[in-house]
Amino acid sequence: MTANEPTARARLTRVLAQRQAETADHWVQLQRERQLYGPGMDEDALREEADGLVAALSDGLAAELPIERVVVGHPPLREAVRELSLRRARAGTSPTETSLAVLALKEALLETVEQEDLGTRALLELALVINRLLDAAGALSFETYVEGREEIIQRQSRQLLELSTPVVHLWQKVLAVPLIGNLDTARSQVVMENLLEAIQSREASVAIIDITGVPTVDTSVAQHLMQTVKAVRLMGADCVISGVRPGIAQTIVQLGIDLSDILTRATLADALATAMNLTGERNDEAEVRRLS
Amino acid sequence: MTPAGGRPGGAPSSPAAAGTTKPGSPPDEPHTYQVRTEDDLLTVRHAVRAASQDLGFPLVDQTRVVTAASELARNALVHGGGGTVAVEPLHRPGGVGLRLVVSDKGPGIADLEGALTDGFTTGSGLGHGLGGAQRLMHTFDVCSSPGAGTTITAVRWRTR
Ligand SMILES: Nc1ncnc2c1ncn2[C@@H]1O[C@H](COP(=O)(O)OP(=O)(O)OP(=O)(O)O)[C@@H](O)[C@H]1O
Ligand SMILES: [Mg+2]
Repeated sequence: MTANEPTARARLTRVLAQRQAETADHWVQLQRERQLYGPGMDEDALREEADGLVAALSDGLAAELPIERVVVGHPPLREAVRELSLRRARAGTSPTETSLAVLALKEALLETVEQEDLGTRALLELALVINRLLDAAGALSFETYVEGREEIIQRQSRQLLELSTPVVHLWQKVLAVPLIGNLDTARSQVVMENLLEAIQSREASVAIIDITGVPTVDTSVAQHLMQTVKAVRLMGADCVISGVRPGIAQTIVQLGIDLSDILTRATLADALATAMNLTGERNDEAEVRRLS
Repeated sequence: MTPAGGRPGGAPSSPAAAGTTKPGSPPDEPHTYQVRTEDDLLTVRHAVRAASQDLGFPLVDQTRVVTAASELARNALVHGGGGTVAVEPLHRPGGVGLRLVVSDKGPGIADLEGALTDGFTTGSGLGHGLGGAQRLMHTFDVCSSPGAGTTITAVRWRTR
């Protein structure tokens, strides 16, 4: 800390309190000139964001915090910086543009203090204070931006998972899930959830799991399938596994996995015929119960 | 993301992989794949599928070797804390085959006889992986000692 820092900070606090709107305006203008925001952000949002952040900065400066701790130590300001970064991460703004946008605030502040009639010495002191104040904002912004992108990637991969495991209503009371690709733990969890929900909402009595599109059935895939079948049965429905190709059948046998108490069929068409028989039987049973 | 139906012999990760099978191709080199995540298992399966296709394995046998590789690689990942899989085409006067060498530096297999028995598991699996992989391959050697990791070498020959 230089001897003059408290004086410079007090001056900055006073000037900013008086010239908030002007500073925010200027900041927005710099960002617009340099196109530092993504296509998903309009000018009004930008202006609102700048007003909020500059106001929080002004309050934070007046608080009793060391200058380099103002950004992280003053909660409204910290949140404003985090939100700015998350908003940009979501809007598809690049990380470079995001940090340049935060850095542009330094320039805007400098221009604001230059409006005051001050000597070179005092201006230099102010510039140092502004730098120390906003370097923390750069770091925080970058950290948050990365968090934001990770959140998006996770959400997208979850969405992709759900998209790739549709539950099809094949016939009255018959549902089918055509599985395509690798059936890992996460995927089989999604399949199970979607299927059980659909069984309930469609009042289905048979679920067909078609594995034609699953290239490898090893012990782990087999275990996931068995767990899904078990859960379907717990809901009072029957389960048929279709698409069991010759290679897969032989491999399952060599692995020593016993699927004998599960209905399996070579093709989806066979499975549908089986399913229709099963629903027919169920109807007959219901009929018998009704008549007796 | 890896495109699904990759070209047979599609690019493996090792630098030695440049220029794959042309007629009269260079001597067969093992390609080694790291197994650190569930996604790596996918890469291993693709590589083994491609290699067995290149060697002209019948479809059912491709499935056998890929499944064995999947079991061994998953064991290296789950029980061994990660490891490597080397995939090596063999051209011998006696025949054509594919060798898998799956290695990890994990705790080793304390009870090998038990581990090879169906239904034996120290985890939450079915306990069929190791014995199953042995049945899916023609030769199967386990080299493991407590604390020193596990290396499994297995070959399947092309049969017609
Ligand atoms: N690479 C390894 N390192 C240490 N222990 C191993 C290794 N491979 C197998 N084992 C031990 O052998 C046991 C049996 O292995 P196996 O693959 O047959 O069954 P699993 O992996 O438990 O279940 P899954 O049926 O899903 O494969 C394991 O539970 C584990 O204790
Ligand atoms: Mg296993």
